[in-house]
Amino acid sequence: MKAAVIVFPGSNCDRDCKVAVERSTGAQVEMVWHGDTALPSGLDLIVLPGGFSYGDYLRCGAMAALSPVMAEVKAAAERGVATVGICNGFQVLCEAGLLPGALLQNERLKYVCKPVTLEVTNAQTRFTSGYGGRREVVMTVGNGEGNYFADEATLERLEGEGQVVFRYRDNPNGSARDIAGIINPKGNVLGMMPHPDRAFEAELGSADGALLFQSALASA
Amino acid sequence: MKAKVHVFLKPGVLDVQGKAVEQALHGLGWTGVEGVRVGKTIEFDLAAHDRAAAEAEVKAMCDKLLANTVIESYRVELT
Repeated sequence: MKAAVIVFPGSNCDRDCKVAVERSTGAQVEMVWHGDTALPSGLDLIVLPGGFSYGDYLRCGAMAALSPVMAEVKAAAERGVATVGICNGFQVLCEAGLLPGALLQNERLKYVCKPVTLEVTNAQTRFTSGYGGRREVVMTVGNGEGNYFADEATLERLEGEGQVVFRYRDNPNGSARDIAGIINPKGNVLGMMPHPDRAFEAELGSADGALLFQSALASA
Repeated sequence: MKAKVHVFLKPGVLDVQGKAVEQALHGLGWTGVEGVRVGKTIEFDLAAHDRAAAEAEVKAMCDKLLANTVIESYRVELT
């Protein structure tokens, strides 16, 4: 099993993601710099980590979405490689057009950092199959721009196609329809604001994030 | 040529900063203020002599990077 964590200037959860994936799954994890023009071969999972890529200048994730390595990430995602964007990584996936919608400033203008309870809305995805019958999981959010927005038609489509994967029980940021995480129609690109990388062993308050990485790599 | 690009959240997209500024203005006594939107202006020099070509180029920049048209609209001024 092999995974890569993409490192943008200003990423700050890149090492957390590496450790989380390694300890949860035993996979070999390589760090890939944003300026690289090739990904390691034979990847089973790509992680876009949280942080403040390019200082959040212009819009969160906007510059990162155009960095050289993203052309490779897009190509890999199109080939079906499991790709997860966490927090800033979710913003990058939206800016890159790999997922619909955008993340706006939090409704109450506050940076929110706390554990949240999530409903696993779709446990049939390759990222959530490990949750089985569990309806609720706990992970931590840490964001200032986590307020998911998409037009009504897009939201209807997401709901109708089972693309809403996680929903907040108690919405911390004003996200449309309490959406915390969505997946692409093909089912291999997941974006989520809560951090599975901050919830991969009990000492961190929750080990629920480990199952997400394990599920993603189960078929590898 | 000088280009100025004004970027605002689209009407209908909640502008929380605008709302906060509006409330602050109300608090200062300007109670007649309504519909405050906070946007940004990006300005730059552009090596172009043909106005139509410059307009097309700046529009391409907006669609590619300067604005996210899922949530924002933009207006270009060339002088």
